[in-house]
Amino acid sequence: MSIMEHIEPRTAVAESNRIETLNLHAWFGSFEVLKGISMAIPSNGVTAVIGPSGCGKSTFIRCLNRMHEVVPNARATGQVFLDGSDLYDPSVNPAQLRRRVGMVFQKPNPFPTMSIRENVLAGLRLNGARAHAGESEAVVERSLRQAALWDEVKDIQERPGTSLSGGQQQRLCIARCLAMEPEVVLMDEPTSALDPIATSRIEELLHELKRRYTIVLVTHNMQQAARVADRTAFFYIGELIEYGITKEVFTTPAKKQTEDYITGRFG
Amino acid sequence: MIPHSPEGLRTKPTFLERFMKGMLASCAGLSILTTAGIVVVLVYESVALLQEVPFWRFLADTQWTPLFAEKHFGIWPLVCGTFLTTAIALFVAVPLGLLAATFLSEFAAERSRRIVKPVMELLAGIPTIVYGYFALTFVTPVLQNVIPGLASFNALSPGIVMGIMIFPIIASLSEDSLYAVPASLREAALALGASRLATVLRVVIPTAFSGVTAAVVLGFSRAIGETMIVAIAAGQQPRFTLDPRVPIETMTAYIVQVSLGDTPTGTLEYRTIFAVGLLLFLFTLAMNLVGIRLRRQIVPGTL
Amino acid sequence: MLNRPGAEALFRALCLVALTIPLAMLLVLLFHTFSEAYPRISWEFIIGYPSRKPALAGLLPALAGSFYLMILTGLMALPIGLAAALYLEEYAAPSALTRIIEVNINNLAGVPSIIYGLLGLELFVRAMSLERSLVAGAATLALLVLPMVIITSREALRSVPFSYREAALALGAEKWRTLLRVVLPMSLPGILTGLILAMARAIGETAPLITIGALTYIAFLPDSLQSPFTALPLQIFNWVSRPQAEFQVNAAAGIVVLVVLLMALNGLAIWLRARLQRRVYW
Repeated sequence: MSIMEHIEPRTAVAESNRIETLNLHAWFGSFEVLKGISMAIPSNGVTAVIGPSGCGKSTFIRCLNRMHEVVPNARATGQVFLDGSDLYDPSVNPAQLRRRVGMVFQKPNPFPTMSIRENVLAGLRLNGARAHAGESEAVVERSLRQAALWDEVKDIQERPGTSLSGGQQQRLCIARCLAMEPEVVLMDEPTSALDPIATSRIEELLHELKRRYTIVLVTHNMQQAARVADRTAFFYIGELIEYGITKEVFTTPAKKQTEDYITGRFG
Repeated sequence: MIPHSPEGLRTKPTFLERFMKGMLASCAGLSILTTAGIVVVLVYESVALLQEVPFWRFLADTQWTPLFAEKHFGIWPLVCGTFLTTAIALFVAVPLGLLAATFLSEFAAERSRRIVKPVMELLAGIPTIVYGYFALTFVTPVLQNVIPGLASFNALSPGIVMGIMIFPIIASLSEDSLYAVPASLREAALALGASRLATVLRVVIPTAFSGVTAAVVLGFSRAIGETMIVAIAAGQQPRFTLDPRVPIETMTAYIVQVSLGDTPTGTLEYRTIFAVGLLLFLFTLAMNLVGIRLRRQIVPGTL
Repeated sequence: MLNRPGAEALFRALCLVALTIPLAMLLVLLFHTFSEAYPRISWEFIIGYPSRKPALAGLLPALAGSFYLMILTGLMALPIGLAAALYLEEYAAPSALTRIIEVNINNLAGVPSIIYGLLGLELFVRAMSLERSLVAGAATLALLVLPMVIITSREALRSVPFSYREAALALGAEKWRTLLRVVLPMSLPGILTGLILAMARAIGETAPLITIGALTYIAFLPDSLQSPFTALPLQIFNWVSRPQAEFQVNAAAGIVVLVVLLMALNGLAIWLRARLQRRVYW
């Protein structure tokens, strides 16, 4: 099965598509990084984005929560629909949409001046939400459980966020993201800075999370995509080359470029 | 509790965000107001003065006596006094500063650099009144033993002490530019068979030339604007001379002299300090802009 | 000639001498001052009031004045300086106007302090009718140290890695909240250090205070913002300007107190920085 190569008319929206991009272009200055990406990401499940360095995969997911434009001289055009609403509509406040589309970064970045507990609640505090102690406790426990970190830190919640190991810090960042109850979670190479054991713990976590959340995962590790992703998209120099069910993309790729990348002819 | 907005995604940045941005911007703009304020104040009073005293009288006279009954308005004595002390200061600080910078950059071990640089910052942080006291009570008496005819107030003593004061500026900035010369240039010279000394003198220092010039210019600017050392040790006698042994008065010391007195505001005498201040401001402005320009050339990204 | 074997050693020695001469003079200066001051240093001197008789003169009004000035200057300079630094570092897009503001700030950092005195005289003392009061003095000094505060605050903000701003934005926070809750706490050590150094600069300044007309003989403690005042460097200047040798001893003693105060402030800055850095585990 191959990707939707043509643009679907907006009337026929698949019920289960959480995110849909339409002709998405992105630039750094005058350099075009994404050259018209159109794809639909279904609800619940992991969609992996793979490709060699510089293919635009990180830029792509950063466009999904409008983080791309935070960097000076960066811009994007096109449409990105979240449940039917165009995120790039001029009247949209990017801060609002980022509460519904969360992000986990490559290098774990818990806030150093905050404890573990405060880190989990950071998103809420930063958005000015007020909650009394009982509610906060519940949010912290729920998020840390979902991130499979609760048992390890429940007795040391007041310690600084940075006192944890690398893998634990990344799960803390995941908990911080989940505390916002987003609909979509974007992950930009979340395990590339971690050791294999921490990596496999997070991959186990993804199997759990994908039941409730729509996850878009950028990875340079094809085996990881094969292990966790339901669907996989292959990018090459700013273009979407192939997109489909992971098993089929890896075993019977439709495009030669995909096959070359997967078999390691270039990387 | 999760603040997902009820209107969905369609809200503009909150009022608070725009308000904060505006507040912060106005504080940044305050700096422009300060400069504008300085210019307006100085020009306003100077213009008022020019209405009473025509401009040519400032240039054509070699005496400065606006506080006396018989008033002369030649600015040259004050300018002369300022430049005499500044020249002496530079004469002391530039060779010492440049050589010291060369030592730190080319010959010193990393550990020595780490100790010396904070000590130099210490030197730069000493209040100038301390230097002034030192010039009057130690340097002048010592020099009087060596130089016959040295008055208790003179240009030499504060000049030398000012040199010590601006030494850290010149040394530190020069050292930055020397240090910034790429190792590849030094290696190229050594590989051609040049000795280390020749490399330093013929390659490194010339390459760092604009940075060193910037350091000197900024030191110069600092010396021109220096007040307390000269107010205490140089005297209050405006004199059109280049003799460093006699009392003189600098532009800055004149302003202090008038401020200490009982000059009522709005009078001619009062206005003269603003005219002198305007001249001083223009000198230092020119020097600072040149210095900033030069520094930007050697260390891109610095201001 | 440059390639002769002894030439480098000679040059190296010359450079070393050049480095040590000013440092040696600094030591001589300190030693001379401390030894001159020795007879006068006493508790009575520190808490006494000025007097016509040098042996009875004291520093208390000057110390009080300097203390209040320092606090007031800090209170005025920090909010404005920090706000300006935040704007320039976090909000302003590179543009001609931003460039002008930056050049302007760097120029203001190099304007002689006596010119700030002239500005303060005309603006605060005359136009705003604040007379020769504490608040006029503090406002003048605040303008003087403002460029320093802006520059050091900007450096502190710049030292916070971008990834933390990203993390906060990705959680859906508006920019000012990310600054308030994430960036400022992390840059606090640097900002406070810069502020303390600015205050140290302020208490050493004499010329601007003379220019705004701060009286040099004050025999009472300032009791309000509008009160006339004196300050430590002013008192020292007053004593230095007297011909009697006894007053020179007072001046030396005043200098000792001033230098000790400055060392304490610098020490405070260093300690505070170390203490706050521990809260920020990078």
